[in-house]
Amino acid sequence: MWAFLHRFASPRYFYNLSGRLIPWLGWFTLLLMLAGLYLGLVWAPTDYQQGDSYRIIFVHVPSAWMSMFIYVVMAVASAIMLVWKIKLADVVAQSSAVVGASFTFLALVTGSLWGKPMWGAWWVWDARLTSELILLFLYFGYMALRAAIEDRNTAARAGAVLSLVGVVNIPIIHYSVYWWNTLHQGATVTKFDAPSIDVRMLIPLLVMALAFKLYYFTTMLMSARCEVLERERNNTWVQELAEKKA
Amino acid sequence: MNEPSLIRAFTLLLRRDLTLAFRHRSELANPLLFFVIVISLFPMGVSPESRVLQMIAPGVIWVAALLATMLSLDMMFRSDYEDGSLEQLLLSPHPVSVLVLAKVLAHWLVTGLPLLVLAPLLGVLLFLPIEAMPALVASLALGTPLLSLIGSIGMALTVGLRRSGVLLSLLVLPLYVPVLIFGANAVDAAAAGLPVTGQMYFLGAMLVLALSLSPLATAASLRISVS
Repeated sequence: MWAFLHRFASPRYFYNLSGRLIPWLGWFTLLLMLAGLYLGLVWAPTDYQQGDSYRIIFVHVPSAWMSMFIYVVMAVASAIMLVWKIKLADVVAQSSAVVGASFTFLALVTGSLWGKPMWGAWWVWDARLTSELILLFLYFGYMALRAAIEDRNTAARAGAVLSLVGVVNIPIIHYSVYWWNTLHQGATVTKFDAPSIDVRMLIPLLVMALAFKLYYFTTMLMSARCEVLERERNNTWVQELAEKKA
Repeated sequence: MNEPSLIRAFTLLLRRDLTLAFRHRSELANPLLFFVIVISLFPMGVSPESRVLQMIAPGVIWVAALLATMLSLDMMFRSDYEDGSLEQLLLSPHPVSVLVLAKVLAHWLVTGLPLLVLAPLLGVLLFLPIEAMPALVASLALGTPLLSLIGSIGMALTVGLRRSGVLLSLLVLPLYVPVLIFGANAVDAAAAGLPVTGQMYFLGAMLVLALSLSPLATAASLRISVS
């Protein structure tokens, strides 16, 4: 059992396995993304109140979900790195940070694009937008700390502690922002008026969510592969690989 | 060699840090001056009208307290890191997280506590109603130790870096958001004549959480930074 698991932690095994996985994941992502876009933009019915502009949720909601999911992945990988000293977990955390920050940014941009016709303003200090903004700051802090520390090992461990501190704080930040927002402003239109979502809207949403998740795994593995090569450049298997390519 | 007990080590470290702080009195005054200056900038930048100032007062005082605490975090570990006494601290047989707590307490006593004394005066400058003063002092009393505790993690992570000031704010300020929200809101509610027990409970709960968890994170970060 343990030997089986340990194999995954070996950079060489990871490099080969991810090399075989990436094409599959990539094509599957593309397929799902196209299907989701078709379903979302064409198949899903027009909202009776928001018209067609609601269709941005098929990008907005999955990216907001991913922004939180990736932070948790980062924190779990960081914990694994700190406890079992598995360097591959740190590669995963590092590669995830950039993708996570991009998804957070995308969620903010699409949120404000949707907000312009709906709320009449590019930015509203809505609870979810605000906590998403703070999440973006947390991602930036993590990346800045890693970039500032020269020694790779120290950077990995410092980043791991920070991401764990962040993951403890995210729920606190989220709920305090919620509480702040509900106290400060009364009933503005911050949610969909319909209490539940139509099935014909839910299906494209879930397809897109899956596509985004696969996209994350694909890009994360791609950048992790590069990182593994760079870190292991003094090992024989990498040098053999380079000779074979040349 | 007989080792001092944990309580003795704690008090010794606390006394050492306080003595060091009082030997550099000018450094001690700087965060306070910063606090006063930032707050006195707002009437000039926004409006001297009492109605406007009264409205923004809770937020302004709290944001200024937040920034003053953050800027003073440097003195928590920086000089100890440079002269090597931080390494001695990590080598001691006592749990580092408890010793860290002594340093955080010393930091709070020399930066947070004076803010509490000054805050009502500045509240008067910003036309904060008298009814809100107890809430202001109480929220700062619960909030500023929280700021020192959370800040100690960020400081411990960046102590080994040469120019860490801006990076520290990037790490610490997002984590300060809940403290700011509940602290400023308590003062706001008190000024409007509303009860503030809810906000105080939240601040208290966060303080207990930070008191139990953040020394562990700070100790781990210090080990990483010093190694």
